[in-house]
Amino acid sequence: MMWKAKIVVTYKPGILDPEAKTIQHALGNLGYRHIQEVEAGRYFEVQFDKTLNKEDTESLTKEICAKILSNPVIQKYRYELKEVDE
Amino acid sequence: MKFGVVVFPGSNCDHDTYHVLKKVLGEGVFYIWHKDTSLRLFDAIILPGGFSYGDYLRVGAVARFSPVMKEIVKYAKEGRPVLGICNGFQILLETGLLPGALIANDGLRFLCQDVYLKVKNRDTVFTNTYEKDQVLKMPIAHYSGNYFADDEILKRLHDEDRIAFQYCNADGDVSDQINPNGSKHGIAGIFNENKNVLGMMPHPERAAEKILASEDGLGIFKSLLERN
Repeated sequence: MMWKAKIVVTYKPGILDPEAKTIQHALGNLGYRHIQEVEAGRYFEVQFDKTLNKEDTESLTKEICAKILSNPVIQKYRYELKEVDE
Repeated sequence: MKFGVVVFPGSNCDHDTYHVLKKVLGEGVFYIWHKDTSLRLFDAIILPGGFSYGDYLRVGAVARFSPVMKEIVKYAKEGRPVLGICNGFQILLETGLLPGALIANDGLRFLCQDVYLKVKNRDTVFTNTYEKDQVLKMPIAHYSGNYFADDEILKRLHDEDRIAFQYCNADGDVSDQINPNGSKHGIAGIFNENKNVLGMMPHPERAAEKILASEDGLGIFKSLLERN
């Protein structure tokens, strides 16, 4: 079994996300109601090799999220780890 | 004087910058490939505009990990001058040599237009040929030029006189109406603590010859010469 990280990077609260705002506006123009807020982000899947256990996978995931996949000044990240077949 | 102009895959203002330094000012200038790591020879380093690594992931995010950047961080920490223009500014922020971040313009449009800039601090190696509050005209050309920093950083930038340029009108008035991209406090360029690193969104190298309708950008390169 190997581990896979599913990572989502979004803007922090209070940071203008112009893309999400535009999508929200477009939804309004299309007649969709009841939409209070739209959040946009980037999605990554990282497949680790089989030498890593869950603990190592988690610390490596956190490291690459903080170091490159997100910019901590403006973005936050969340992830889930999934066990997958080789 | 020997200038080094860094070339990343996707840089596209490297030749403009080279041209200004070589042909307009008659100075020594050399390209530095992003895999090169020897910067000893250079009196100043310039990170030019462009779309390094296709702007993949985030603007400037991948260039930050180029071999040359590690050396540029050392070079800057020694107090030697580093100028980042447009994409170069974005790279300096990602690298952490300057605080804050650049996000998409408020209007979600690529902006390509002349702007007016107010010189906020002229006591630096980059701005000493200008007067304080002098109004400069030069172009911007960017999609992600919306400067963001939290209130604490903004206060420090103000208190420590680290705002280089603010967007303004022809009379030098700074206001939300004149701010082209939504940047906090209309910030167009900032210095690091020691003011030997400058990052700016406008393009001084595109306003350095009469034929380009403005020579206001030339002062930045001339300031570096004055210092020598």
